[in-house]
Amino acid sequence: MAADSSLLPSLVEEYVSGLQDSKAKDTATGVKGGQFTIVQLVEALGLSLTSSQPHTRARGVQLLSEVLQECYGVFTVAEVEVLISFYENRLKDHHVVIPPVLQGLRALTKCTVLPPGSAVAMLRALFQDVHVQSLMLAERACVYNMLLNLMETREAELKGLGADFVFGFVQSMDGERDPRNLLLAFQVAKNIIHRGYELGSFTEEMFEVTSCYFPIDFAPPPNDPHGITREELVVTLRDVLVGTPKFAEFLLPLIIEKLDSDVQSAKLDSLQTLTACVTGYEHKDLAEFLGGLWASLRREVFQTASEKIESASLAAVTALTSCLSRSVLKSDSEDSLHSFLELVLKGCKHHLCEPDLKLVWPSAKLLQAACSASNRAGHIITSAVMPLLTEQYHSRTECSHRRTLLEVVQKFMQAVKPRQSSEHEESLFLAFRPSLCSMVFSALVETNASLQITAASVLTLLAQQTGLLLDSDIELAVDHLTRLLLTEDDDRVSLAVVECVGALAELYPATFIAKLIPKLKTEIFSEVMDQDNNTVASEQSSHHALRQRCMAALAMASTQPSVVLESTPVLLEVLSSAHTGSTRFSVAEVVLACHCLQKIAARAQDTEETGRCFHDVIIPRLLCLALQAALRGEGPSDHHSPLLEEAVLCAIVSVISTACSRLQPSLAGQTASRAVSLFLDGDVSFLPDNSFPSHLQLLKPGDSWRQSQLVCLLMACVCTLPRSVEVPQIDRLLSQLEEMSCTCSHQLSYSSAAKCFAGLVNKRPQGDSLDRLIQGTMARVCSELDSTSSPLRSQAFTLMIWVAKALLLRYHPLITTLTDKLFSLLTDDHLGLLAADGFSLLMTDSVDILNRSCHADVRIMYRQRFFSENSPKLVQGFNAARQEKKPNYLKALSNIVEKLPKQVQVTELPALLSLLLEALSCPDQGVQLSTLSCLQPVLVDPPPALIQQLEALFSRLLALTSSPSMNMRIASLRCIKTISHFPVHEVLPFRARVLRALARPLDDRKRLVRQEAVQARAEWFLLGSPGGR
Amino acid sequence: MSGGTHLENANPIIFQRTGERLLTATDEDENVHDPIDDREIFDILCLTINDPEHPLSLEELNVVEQVRVKVNDGESTVDIEFTPTIPHCSMATLIGLSIKVKLLRCLPSRFKIDVHITPGTHASEEAVNKQLADKERVAAALENSSLLEVVNQCLSIRSH
Repeated sequence: MAADSSLLPSLVEEYVSGLQDSKAKDTATGVKGGQFTIVQLVEALGLSLTSSQPHTRARGVQLLSEVLQECYGVFTVAEVEVLISFYENRLKDHHVVIPPVLQGLRALTKCTVLPPGSAVAMLRALFQDVHVQSLMLAERACVYNMLLNLMETREAELKGLGADFVFGFVQSMDGERDPRNLLLAFQVAKNIIHRGYELGSFTEEMFEVTSCYFPIDFAPPPNDPHGITREELVVTLRDVLVGTPKFAEFLLPLIIEKLDSDVQSAKLDSLQTLTACVTGYEHKDLAEFLGGLWASLRREVFQTASEKIESASLAAVTALTSCLSRSVLKSDSEDSLHSFLELVLKGCKHHLCEPDLKLVWPSAKLLQAACSASNRAGHIITSAVMPLLTEQYHSRTECSHRRTLLEVVQKFMQAVKPRQSSEHEESLFLAFRPSLCSMVFSALVETNASLQITAASVLTLLAQQTGLLLDSDIELAVDHLTRLLLTEDDDRVSLAVVECVGALAELYPATFIAKLIPKLKTEIFSEVMDQDNNTVASEQSSHHALRQRCMAALAMASTQPSVVLESTPVLLEVLSSAHTGSTRFSVAEVVLACHCLQKIAARAQDTEETGRCFHDVIIPRLLCLALQAALRGEGPSDHHSPLLEEAVLCAIVSVISTACSRLQPSLAGQTASRAVSLFLDGDVSFLPDNSFPSHLQLLKPGDSWRQSQLVCLLMACVCTLPRSVEVPQIDRLLSQLEEMSCTCSHQLSYSSAAKCFAGLVNKRPQGDSLDRLIQGTMARVCSELDSTSSPLRSQAFTLMIWVAKALLLRYHPLITTLTDKLFSLLTDDHLGLLAADGFSLLMTDSVDILNRSCHADVRIMYRQRFFSENSPKLVQGFNAARQEKKPNYLKALSNIVEKLPKQVQVTELPALLSLLLEALSCPDQGVQLSTLSCLQPVLVDPPPALIQQLEALFSRLLALTSSPSMNMRIASLRCIKTISHFPVHEVLPFRARVLRALARPLDDRKRLVRQEAVQARAEWFLLGSPGGR
Repeated sequence: MSGGTHLENANPIIFQRTGERLLTATDEDENVHDPIDDREIFDILCLTINDPEHPLSLEELNVVEQVRVKVNDGESTVDIEFTPTIPHCSMATLIGLSIKVKLLRCLPSRFKIDVHITPGTHASEEAVNKQLADKERVAAALENSSLLEVVNQCLSIRSH
């Protein structure tokens, strides 16, 4: 105790007179640890607190405040009471004492045991004795923090102060200039408004003191030490201003005034504030300002050059309208929604009668914005506008005018659509059904392509309005669509028509089954007469286009199971008659039929019905046809079936893959086991045609490539199943696939076998059996690859690269042995180039197997992982390799980097920059091109390392602008254009040189190059020029 | 565009845009030489020059039409007629100057560039044509930094 009693005075002495700031901490530790009480501290401070020197007093109070800040939690009510009354008193003291006093008070506001009434007393003293704005920055912050603390814990007490509290606050923040403090002050103001403090007679003062900062104009200092952004200030201030309808009479005139501003950001802020504030307003708050607001909003939409302003204005119109629609009307008040919409209609409607003038679009957008706000508004606007549009449409004869009008109608329907879908009420457009239909159908028979396209999309929208179209309308629509499909050969029109067919068939399947599908079938199977004559070549190509459109329409129409059951037999019949030769179909048409089947499998609803259709009918039929083609092709005199073509087989693979991966897993499992028994045991019992020989051995390396290439169909059946579905006899299957992929000499056969093997390996469960399998395969592959004279090295390489991909995707630990082997092959004389290209295969998503839609085991970010594990090896290998092998490394590198996600490229590239610059001067054009395509996205946001290498970059890029390859010239010019957006001071020194160098490609022999050169040079001219950048 | 200012022609007629130039097989063939043609110059003008009053391209306002763009690649000449939206348009000289500057920047230097107003479409046609044809006046205009600033703004590709 004796030691303690001398310790405290010495601590105080050293702090107050000795000016050792660290002693405050020691004292606080003492109080917290119970060595001495706060009362003892005050006693020990006695002399300094009563000193006649203000600075000594200030120092004394500061020690006490700092102790309080450390340990405001440990005091009793009585102690706090004493301290508060002490501090309140000190507020009247000399101005140098005030800062520590405020600190102390702020610490006290955090006390949980604040006695009742003390908060009010504290604030009364504060507001009375302190002029906040004459304090320093930190002290002002202290006051705002006090207020915030008290508002958190003593809300009821503060509200007891009534409007005095608001008045005190208004006085304290009036004139605040520092953004840090403003953020706090706005927070206090926001609390006052949102927590229902009484504003009393100070509503206008409260508004004035905050709204004088609106709109916020603030740019943080360059190094941004405090991390305050303009957006933060904007959002907090907006919360204050829009918080209460009491501000409406002040805020709305202010917004109208600020909308006149020349500053874009001020306009935007005003519009967003308007949109935000009306959500809480009622019509009476708005009534007297509607005229002014409308005039400003209309002007903004009519005249603005900025899309942001336009969309913000439209959002404000929508918000205003929905506010007016929401308000409850009294019997004596006028309907302000009506009067506002009258203004809107008066200002915009007549512009709709001038479809060739500029203002037709802004007017339509304004009307649509109002229309989309509420049902009532929608009714008022559509009933005024739709008859007008219809009348205009029929009185105009020029197609471009009609198209504009129809597009306006289309936008109206789109504006109303999102709101209506949730409700079960009748369509807004019901009353206009006859006129809308007549408009659309008359547009569909016009010869103008863009008009037809618009009409098709309006027709889709009409059909999607529930209960709008009658059955007779649908039938008429189907007739029109069929006619267009059969006669119209403009690609854009047929695309629009096909899409329309898709949308309508989903809603009205029965009509399409009855009317469209039979017609399409007849057209598909009709043949062009007299095929030997040369004059009908063009006729043949138009016949091909017709079949193409019909099949595309069939595919698009098939989303409902009932349609699928009708449309797929047509497509299957195309395949079988192409196979038998009963109707002539080109290979391209057969491929197209398969693509349509695939599209149906991908889009149709996954029901039992469609599942059965695909797994029990379509897939067996496809397998059967392919097998028939393979077996029949043996005879020399037979008709050559298109089903032997690789393109057709690949298309069939995509049909089967999509069906197996997407439709009905249990049925897919059945398909897989049937396929396995077909390929392993020659079991043909499930195929629709039973005339096959019984000794089929499809996986045994026979001499017929026709049979061996069918392994790709096996791949489609077994590699795309969900992982929960088991593949039967998997070990036997794997060993036969390995055998086939290593020994077969037909390219499609051995690569499909390798892919099938890899696809299965990817889904095998982790464990010893998998490890043994991979090690066995690797041993075989390596021994093949190591004997340089072996004829089967490409086969072994193909198997290895696919297995590597399967393992890479699932992060299997054995991947490293495979990648090491791959790296060593980069220096191989024959396989080096193949190995470099192999990296591209590893990094890209493959289309048929080993992707997520086939349910493969694909871990996230496997590319990044591969890159970070292997890029050092690659750099090392590059440095060690002989000169003539270096391009392989660069190619491998650019293959990897090209496929990395952009974010990773940007962070990783600086390390590889010198290598990439080297790659730009590598003679291989493929390497140059892929390097440029990696560089370009990085140039958009250049890392500092790149900016240091500008000289090297420019000399290479400018040289490439005269490369013999046109794609290189284009890519390099794009890069040069992107560089013009680098920081001006960095690239300005190169301006003259670039402009001179770009003069040459302006006269390039290829137009595409000239176009890039024109753009690049224009950008470089603007650089550093007034009005440019 | 500021709120209070009044536009000379607030509601001009909008003309339909020709679609993008279709890419042909010869465009992508390395061995074929594509001559510079009317459409190419027209595209340069329409895709990148904005009307100073409206956020619209010169094509949509019918200021530049493809038939009024004439190029002779062999003789290295370009001849362009442009049509102001209204006969008293005070921006005519500025539009003409922008077209001229754009072509100076984007065409090989061998070309002789002639820009003038479509006959009979502007009140002070001759005066404007004379200004645009005078090399020294064009050069002097571009020395004037505030004028250059306006021209550059017309030539900046809009950001959105």
